[in-house]
Amino acid sequence: MLYIPGNNPAMLQQGGIYGADSLLLDLEDAVALNQKDAARILVRNMLQTINFYNTEVCVRINHLDTPFGLQDLEEIVPLQPDAIRYPKTETLEELAKLIEIIEAIEDKHNLPHDKMTIHAMIETALGVQNVFEIAKFSKRVDAITIGGQDLTADMNIKSTKDGSGIDLARKMIIMAAKANKIDAIDTVFVDINDEDGLRLETEYAKQIGFTGKAVINPRQIDIIHEVYMPSDEEIRKAYSILLEFKKNKIAGIGVFAIDGKMVDAPVMTRAKQVLELANIDFDSI
Amino acid sequence: MKNVIGREVPEYIEGIGKTDMFIGAWEKLKKGWMDEVTIPPPNKAKLPHQSKICLTLEEAIAKTSPKNGMTISFHHHLRNGDNILVRSLDVLANMGIKNITLACSSLNEVHNPIVKYLIDGTITKIWSSGIRGDIGKAISEGVLDIPVTIHSHGGRVRAIHTGKINLDLAIIAASAADEEGNATGSHGKSAFGSLGYASIDTRYSKQVIVVTDNMVEYPCIPISITQNFVDYVVEVESIGDASKIATGSTRVTKTPIDLRIAKLAADVIEHSGLFKQGFSFQVGAGGASLAVAKFIREKMKKAEIKGSFILGGVTSYVVDMLNEGLFKTIFDVQSFDAAVSSSLMKNSNHIEIPAALYANPFNCGCMTNKLDIVVLGALEIDLDFNVNVITGSDGSIRGASGGHSDTASGANLTIVVCPSFRGRLPIVKKTINTVVTPGETVDVLVTERGICVNPLRPELEENLKNAGLNVRNIQALQEEVEAIVGKGKEVEYTNKIVALIEYRDGTIIDVVRQVKHHA
Repeated sequence: MLYIPGNNPAMLQQGGIYGADSLLLDLEDAVALNQKDAARILVRNMLQTINFYNTEVCVRINHLDTPFGLQDLEEIVPLQPDAIRYPKTETLEELAKLIEIIEAIEDKHNLPHDKMTIHAMIETALGVQNVFEIAKFSKRVDAITIGGQDLTADMNIKSTKDGSGIDLARKMIIMAAKANKIDAIDTVFVDINDEDGLRLETEYAKQIGFTGKAVINPRQIDIIHEVYMPSDEEIRKAYSILLEFKKNKIAGIGVFAIDGKMVDAPVMTRAKQVLELANIDFDSI
Repeated sequence: MKNVIGREVPEYIEGIGKTDMFIGAWEKLKKGWMDEVTIPPPNKAKLPHQSKICLTLEEAIAKTSPKNGMTISFHHHLRNGDNILVRSLDVLANMGIKNITLACSSLNEVHNPIVKYLIDGTITKIWSSGIRGDIGKAISEGVLDIPVTIHSHGGRVRAIHTGKINLDLAIIAASAADEEGNATGSHGKSAFGSLGYASIDTRYSKQVIVVTDNMVEYPCIPISITQNFVDYVVEVESIGDASKIATGSTRVTKTPIDLRIAKLAADVIEHSGLFKQGFSFQVGAGGASLAVAKFIREKMKKAEIKGSFILGGVTSYVVDMLNEGLFKTIFDVQSFDAAVSSSLMKNSNHIEIPAALYANPFNCGCMTNKLDIVVLGALEIDLDFNVNVITGSDGSIRGASGGHSDTASGANLTIVVCPSFRGRLPIVKKTINTVVTPGETVDVLVTERGICVNPLRPELEENLKNAGLNVRNIQALQEEVEAIVGKGKEVEYTNKIVALIEYRDGTIIDVVRQVKHHA
C-alpha cells in the first residue's frame, strides 16, 4: 500500500505504475495545514481523471475532530474510492459517527452503502485497547491498519528500528483483524535507503500475520512483494499437497501423508492460501 | 521528397549537394562493400632522433601550417572537463584562420565559448556525433550557412575512411604521453580511460599533435595512440578540469520512475529468449541505464548466467560485473568514470578498442554486430519506433547520436527505455521532431506505463506476453499519454536546413530545420 501525498500532482498521476496493490492518497499527515484545501481539490480531480490501472485506491481523510474531516468526506465519498482510511480510530462512537456521515452523503448521491469500505487506522493506546470491537463493529470496516509513528508518540516511547515498543499493539491488531476475518496492514518502514531493514521488518510482519504493509516510497514495493510472494519451493509443495488431496478425495481418504508428514485440513488451508497468493487457480489443478 | 521512413528530405541541399537518401537500415550493407572510394592515409617521414617536442600548443599548431578552409578534429573523451578544443581554436582564431571545418567526435557544454567562432566565420562547417549547449542552440538558430552533419560513432569512422571528413589536423589530448607521442588516457592526474574515438583521427589526419599534462619517460604504456602517427608532442599544465574529466563512480538512479522502467527493461531481457549463457550486453551510463545493469546483475547471479562481453561506454558498475566474473570481457571504446581507468590498466580482460572496431559498418564486422542486447535512451519515439536523440521538444539541437543507431542496427535485441512523458512533454508521440535511429532497428520500447513491442518482432511479443509482462499497443500508449499531458503545440520551422542527420551508412535519414521563432 503506497502512500502518496494528496498535494503532489506528479506523484499522484504516476501512482498506478509502480505495481502497488493499493494506493493511499493522503489528505492527512502528509499534507501541511495550509495545503489541505489544495490537496482535497487535487485528489478529487485526480480520482475522476487519472487511470490508476488495477490498483485499489483509498483516501486517507482528516479526522472529524479537525476542521477538514467533514469537508474531505463531502468531496471524496461521492467519488466512491475503494476505501476511506480513517486516522486515529479510538472508539466505537466515533466510528459510528463516521459511518453515519458517509452513509448520509451516499444517500444524498443515491450511492449504495456496500461498495466503499473503511480502513480503521489504530494510532493510539486507546485505539489498540478497543481494536477488537472496532474491527467487529461494521461490515464496512474491512481492514485495520497500524500507524507506528503516531502510536509511539502516543505511548511516549522511542520509535526504534526493531519496533519492540509497538510489538504488542501489532499483535493485538492482527488478532482483532484475524478474529473478524479482515485484513491487517502493517505500518511504514521510514528509512527508505535501508533495504535490508525493510526486508527484515516485512518478513517479521508476514510471520506474525499482517496481510500487507504500507510504504512511503515506490522503491520499497518490490521488496515487500518479494517477501510476501511464496517461493518456488513453497508453490511446488502446495501444488503437490493439493494434487494428492484430490487423488485421495476420490478414494475417500481424508488424512494422508506426504514425505512422511501428515496432511490434514489446516495444512490444506495453508496450501490453498499459498496458491492464492501466487495467483494460481486451485480448481484448475 | 519523403524518404523510406516518411521524413521530408530535399533531394538537393544548398552547400552540400545531392542528397544520398536513406533507403533502409541494412540495404547498403547487403552489397558487402561500400560504393564510395576509400582514401589512403597520409604518407609521412621523420629523420631518426628528430624531436617532436614543442614548448607550447601555439608552437605546435603553427608548425602544422594551418590554413583557411582546413579541417581539424578532437575527441570528446575529456567530457565536460576539456579545455583543449576551445584553447586550440583560440590559437587558430588568433592566427586569423577562417573557414575551419570542425570535425570532433562530440561537442559538449564545455565548448560553448566557440560559438563566437561560428558567428565570425572562423568555423563554417561542423561534423559531430552530438551537439549540446549554446552551440546546439546557435546552430538551431541558423548561425551557420552550411548545415552541420550529425553522424554516429561508427559513421564517423566511415566518413573519415571515405574522405567525406578529410582531416588536416588532429589534436589529441592524452592523460599521459611520451616524447614520441605514444599516448594513453588510462593514467595521470587527468585520466579518462579509453581513447577509442581518437584512434581513426591519428591514422588519417595529415598532421597529428598529442597534448598532455603528464609527460612520462619513454615508452608510455599502455599505448593507445602509437608514435608512428604523431607529428608533434606538447606538454601543457592542464588538459582540462580534472574534477569534470575524472568524475567519480556513476551511481544507479534512485528516482522511482527510472527504477520502475529499468526493472521492466530487465524483465524484458530476462524473458526475451536472449538472456542465456554467453550473451553480450551494452548499456549506457545514465542513472536509469545503470539501474538496468543493476537488475540484470541480480538476475544473472540468481540464474547463474555468465555473459560473454560488455561493449561500449563503460562505467565502474559494469567493471564490477567483470570483476565478479559475470562477464568475460569488456570492450571499451569510451570510459565514463574514473574508476574505469585503473581497470583498463590492470585487467587484461578489459580491452580498449577503437571506434572502427566498435561500430564502423563498412568493414569485416564491427563489434556492435556481435551484440545480443543493447539498452538505449530516447528524447522522443514515434509510433513506428523511430527514435530521436538529437533535438529537444523545442526543435533545438541538444543531444547526441553517438552509438545509438550503430548498436540498434547490430544488436539482436534493441530496447529503448524512456518515460512515456517528462513533465508535461510527451515522449511517445505520433510524429517526432527528428529521426536518428530508424524504427526497424528498435525491437521494444519500455516505459513506466507498459512495454510496446515492434510488430516486426511477433515472437518477442509472444515471449513477453507469456511471461505475464504488461505488453501493450504503442498507439494506445500514445493516446493515453496525450490524454494526460494534452496535445503539445507543434514546433514550427523555416525552410532553412541547419543540420543533416546522417545514418551510419552515410545516407541522410533526416534533416533539422531552423526553428521558426528564431528566424
